Amino acid sequence: MNAGLLSAEWTKIRSVRSTVWSLVAFVVVAIGFSALIVLVINNTWNSPGNHPNHVRLLEDPTAVLFGAGFGLGQLAICVLGVIVMSSEYSTGAIRSSLLAVPTRLPMLAAKAIVFALLDLVVSAVTVFAVFFITTAIIRSHVSISLSQPGVTQACIGGILYLTVLGLFALAIGGLIRHTAGAIATVIALVLVVPPLISLIPGTIANHIHGYFPTVAGVLAGQTSQQAGDVLSPWQGFGVFCIWTAVLLAACGWLLVRRDA
Amino acid sequence: MAEAPGLIEARDLTKRFGDKVAVDHLSFDVEPGRVTGFLGPNGAGKSTTMRLITGLDRPDGGSATIGGLAYDQLAKPLTRVGALLEARSLHPGRSARNHLLFLAQTQGVPASRADEVLDLVGLREVANKRAGGFSLGMTQRLGIAAAMLGNPPVLMLDEPVNGLDPEGIRWVRTFMRQLASEGRTIFVSSHLMSEMAVTADHLVVIGRGRLIANCSTEEFIQQSSERSVFVRSPEADRLRELITGDGGAVTDEDGGLVVTGLAAPRIGELAASASVVLHELTPRLPSLEEAFMEMTADSVEYGRAEHGRAEHGRAPLGESTAS
Repeated sequence: MNAGLLSAEWTKIRSVRSTVWSLVAFVVVAIGFSALIVLVINNTWNSPGNHPNHVRLLEDPTAVLFGAGFGLGQLAICVLGVIVMSSEYSTGAIRSSLLAVPTRLPMLAAKAIVFALLDLVVSAVTVFAVFFITTAIIRSHVSISLSQPGVTQACIGGILYLTVLGLFALAIGGLIRHTAGAIATVIALVLVVPPLISLIPGTIANHIHGYFPTVAGVLAGQTSQQAGDVLSPWQGFGVFCIWTAVLLAACGWLLVRRDA
Repeated sequence: MAEAPGLIEARDLTKRFGDKVAVDHLSFDVEPGRVTGFLGPNGAGKSTTMRLITGLDRPDGGSATIGGLAYDQLAKPLTRVGALLEARSLHPGRSARNHLLFLAQTQGVPASRADEVLDLVGLREVANKRAGGFSLGMTQRLGIAAAMLGNPPVLMLDEPVNGLDPEGIRWVRTFMRQLASEGRTIFVSSHLMSEMAVTADHLVVIGRGRLIANCSTEEFIQQSSERSVFVRSPEADRLRELITGDGGAVTDEDGGLVVTGLAAPRIGELAASASVVLHELTPRLPSLEEAFMEMTADSVEYGRAEHGRAEHGRAPLGESTAS
């Protein structure tokens, strides 16, 4: 692979509207929802009743600050990750791409690198924007700063989770090759299946749930391992990376073998 | 050993889709400096063969090389082979210029080359428009621009005149002839025999994935056994009896008779001996279309041959009705 392939993939990704719209959706939803939830917590701080979020905010602040916005906003990253790969197939552009790079794997590698870098930069900006906006909102009740234990690490973990999530979606887009099917699959894996597994009683089901790719990966955005978590934040992130690496390898293996 | 960079060699190429054999032990060479037409009925395996040569499909057997190398061994493939396969091989949301730009970047071809090929195909004015809004003709032109991007010695074009207006068709023809005269290899598929008759120097004809003919366009027409003679006479009925009596077959056409199975001199002699007046006696070579219909008759998919014959109203020898 060479610089030419990287600039080619950058040209591809910047020259279609879906990229811009997905990223705008991600940033707006992530900042908007996180700010909204923290505003609600702030405004109901002194009202009577139980406030589990208050306790959580003290024990593991980033999980609360990031939870709402990125829980929903991450779907835009999933959609973009899928589209970056599956649109090659749905539009027929894959034929042009593979005529230019007939060995195929360098094209996939360049695409993954360029998309991961873009995802990383946008996620970094968004994670810190969310952090500073939400901590400013809640400042009068709780003081949260980057220097508190685990907070900076959780911000970096959140950024890395969103980056690897994009690659996870890209790999599924390349495996399934149909945009709608791949998006449905990724959303099922991120949002639908984990709560279903957690309904199954028993420690085995608990471990399956804990090692499930996105359940493990999202731990990276926490400051510390919480009660009930099977893995620590970095262990969880490692498990998610292994899942993603396996899917990318399968994607590459099939890309080389299947007819385009 | 250095082979001509423009030589395409297919050896025993075979491709199956499930039970169906799309390309069946196909071997042929495509040589530089001429336009080689790749002819066959729809579904004969032309597009699949081109996809096999360019590595988009993996063969189940055999191999194809360009200048002695498999397509995926070419270092900068677009500078060696330009291919127009399916027209819709691009993202509809991407502009024409960006489509060419990313292709240029993969090959280390300067970005300015994108504008050059846009000029070449006459799309400069819509360079920044989204390709999804292009007509089929414009999309074909963009595909040709992409094929010319690396200024390659070999061009493979799958049905390039599809969707083009008459002016566009003329443009593609002239373009191909000019590129061939520069010494490039032009391999162009079509199911339109009439198109190939005016563009191709050489023909590779396939049916049901098998090679039917590999010869010059002239030879292809000559080889065909189907010869006929057009004859006009005020005493058509008497002439018809004479001809059928001598073993010829007759069909009516345009106020005259089309005779097969007898040569023109013999028809003249028969007429003279019976004092039948002739107004016209013209030996006819079969058109490329007829030659093609005849040669591929056994290999046409889905029994389309029968339709083809009915449409053209020219039954080959042996099936004409001697009335």
